[in-house]
Amino acid sequence: MSNRIELVAPAGSFPALRKAVDSGADAVYFGFRDATNARNFPGLNFDNTTASDAVTYAHRHGCKIMLALNTYPQPASWSNWTRAVDRAAELGVDALILADTGLLQYARQQHPDLRLHLSVQGSATTHEAIAFYRDQFAIQRVVLPRVLSFSQVKRIIEKTDVEIETFAFGSLCVMAEGRCYLSSYVTGESPNTCGACSPAKSVQWHETPQGREVRLNGVLIDRYQSGESAGYPVLCKGRFEVNDELGYAIEEPTSLSVLDILPQLVRSGVSAIKIEGRQRSPAYVTQVVSVLRQALDAAQQDPESYRVRDAWVQQLDKLAEGSTHTLGALDRQWQ
Amino acid sequence: MAMKLALGPLLYFWPRERVEAFYRQVADWPVDIVYLGETVCAKRRELRLDDWLRIARQLRDAGKEVVLSTLALIEAESELAGLRRIAQQDEFPVEANDMAAVQQLRGQHYIAGPHLNIYNPASLSLHHRLGATRWVMPVELSQQTLRQMQLNKPLQLETEVFVFGRLPLAFSARCFTARACNLPKDHCQLRCGEYPDGLDMKTRDREAFLIINGIQTQSATTCNLVRAIPALRELQIDVLRLSPQSQHMEEIVTLYHQVLENRLDPGEAENRINTLTCGSPSNGYWYDSPGMQWLEQPFKQGQGTRVE
Repeated sequence: MSNRIELVAPAGSFPALRKAVDSGADAVYFGFRDATNARNFPGLNFDNTTASDAVTYAHRHGCKIMLALNTYPQPASWSNWTRAVDRAAELGVDALILADTGLLQYARQQHPDLRLHLSVQGSATTHEAIAFYRDQFAIQRVVLPRVLSFSQVKRIIEKTDVEIETFAFGSLCVMAEGRCYLSSYVTGESPNTCGACSPAKSVQWHETPQGREVRLNGVLIDRYQSGESAGYPVLCKGRFEVNDELGYAIEEPTSLSVLDILPQLVRSGVSAIKIEGRQRSPAYVTQVVSVLRQALDAAQQDPESYRVRDAWVQQLDKLAEGSTHTLGALDRQWQ
Repeated sequence: MAMKLALGPLLYFWPRERVEAFYRQVADWPVDIVYLGETVCAKRRELRLDDWLRIARQLRDAGKEVVLSTLALIEAESELAGLRRIAQQDEFPVEANDMAAVQQLRGQHYIAGPHLNIYNPASLSLHHRLGATRWVMPVELSQQTLRQMQLNKPLQLETEVFVFGRLPLAFSARCFTARACNLPKDHCQLRCGEYPDGLDMKTRDREAFLIINGIQTQSATTCNLVRAIPALRELQIDVLRLSPQSQHMEEIVTLYHQVLENRLDPGEAENRINTLTCGSPSNGYWYDSPGMQWLEQPFKQGQGTRVE
C-alpha cells in the first residue's frame, strides 16, 4: 500500500472552496484577487476577508489549504507580491505555490518555516531542475508541467526526494507552462506577467455571413457555423491554416483526465494529484472532486481490481472542455 | 563601453552544409558575439557537439566571442546527458536556458538565457550570485521594466536584449511541424528541415499569425528595435541580440552595426531593415503593448509612452 495521495482541488471562490472541502478534497488551492496568481479573472479569487474565512473553513474540516502566488512580479509592482507572501504567512496557509525565483528567495528568507511548492508555472521538467529549486529554496513539492510522458514522470519520481504533484483533470496547456508568451503577444497580458491567458476583455464575438467569429484583440481565433459548439477562445485552441489545411494546428479543445491510469500513478509514488479549474463553477468543483475522490480511493485501496466506472467518465466528460478527454503527454512513449 | 552585437543561436533546422556555410560567412560579419548550438529540439542532430565546437573555434579564431547555447525545454535523460557534455567542456562559456542547466553549471560562470524567466532584480541577483555574467531579458518585457532592472542590477552583470528576429514565444512537448504533416512526433522525419524560416500558421482570414518551428512557436512578425538603439544606449545595455533568418542576415547585421557606429540614422536603418524581414515588423513588447504590434511613434529617449 502506497502512502496516501492528496487530492488537491481548485477554489476560485468561497462557495467553490466549500464545495471542494465538502466533496472530499484533501487540500484546496486559492489565489488573491489580483495579478499575483495565474487565474486572475474578473469576479474570481479571494479578498482579505474571504481568504481568512477560507483558511478557517478548510482547517476546521481537516483540509489543507495552499495559496497560489504563481506569476512573475516585475520591479514596478514587486512589493504587491512580497506583501502577498507575508499575508499568506499571516493567514496560516499550509503551503505557498510559487514560480518566480526572486519571490521563492524572499519567501524562504522571510518565512523560513513556510512550506514552499514550485508551481507548474516554474517549468521544472527534470530531476535536475527540481534539484535546483530544492537546493536554492528548500521547496518540498513540485507541480509537474503537463508536457511530460508517464515514463518521464516516473523517472523524475525515482530521482528526486521532492514530493511530486501531477495534474489529474481539467483544461490542458499544451505548451510548457511558464514558457508561453502567446497571450501577451496578442493581448499584452500573459500568465507570467498578469496571471491571464487570452483574457476576456480582449475577446470579441461577431456574427458574419461566414459564421460566428471570435477574435482576440482583432486576431481571428475561430469561426463557427450554426450548430457547431463554440468554446472559450484560448488562442492555442483555435483553428488555423497550415500548408493550406485548416485545423487545430496546436491543440484541440479537450480536457486532461487520468482516470485510466490512476493505479499506475498511485504505484509511481506521486504525492498529490491536482484538479485544474479555479475559473470553473462550484458545481463543477463538486462533481469533479466527488468523482476523483471515489476513483482515487478505489485505486489506493486495491489498485489491482481498479476499474474505471462508466458513470465517472460520463460525469467528467460532461464537464470537460470540448466534452472529450485525453491523457495528453502522459500517454506518449517518450522516454 | 560600446554596445556589442550578438548573433543569437540559429533556431531553425538547416542542413549541416548550410549551417557550416552560414557560420563561415558570420566570421566576416560585424558581430562581436556568436551563440551556437541547438536550443529547440534534441532530435535535430545534423551537427553534434564536436561539430559545434569546431565551428566555435573557427569563429573564435576570427575574433568572435563564442557562447554555447543549450535547450530550452529538457525532458529526457538523454537530453540531460547532452546538456552535461556542454556544461563540462571548459573551452567556451555556456548559455543556460533551463534551470537544469543552471544546476549543472553550478560553480561556473554562465549566461542566463532568455528562457529562464528573469522578471525582477531579486531573480537577477540570485543568478549573479550563482555565477551569471550576463542575462538576456525575456522577450515579453518592456523598456520600462528594463529600465528598473538596469537601475537595480549587480554592477558587473551584463544585460542583453533581443532586438531582431521572429520572437520565440512558446515551447511544447508536442511537435507542431510533425502535427501539420500528419506525423507522430516519434517519427517526425525531421520535417522541420524543410522550412528554413519556420512554417507559416495563418488565421482563417489568411492573416499571418504564428510560425511553427518544431516544438517551438514563434511570432510571424519580425521584431525590429533598431530605432530604439539610442534608448538602449542610454539604458547602458551591453549587448543586442539578433536572431538569424535565412536571407539578408548580413545586410541586417551591417545596418545595426552602422547605427551603433553613428554612421546611419536609426530611422533610416529601420526603414531599410523592415524591407528585409521575413514577416512584417513588430515592436509592441518594447512599448509595453501586445508583442505583435508595430507602433509608429516619435522617438523619446527611454520613455515608454504607449501610442496605439
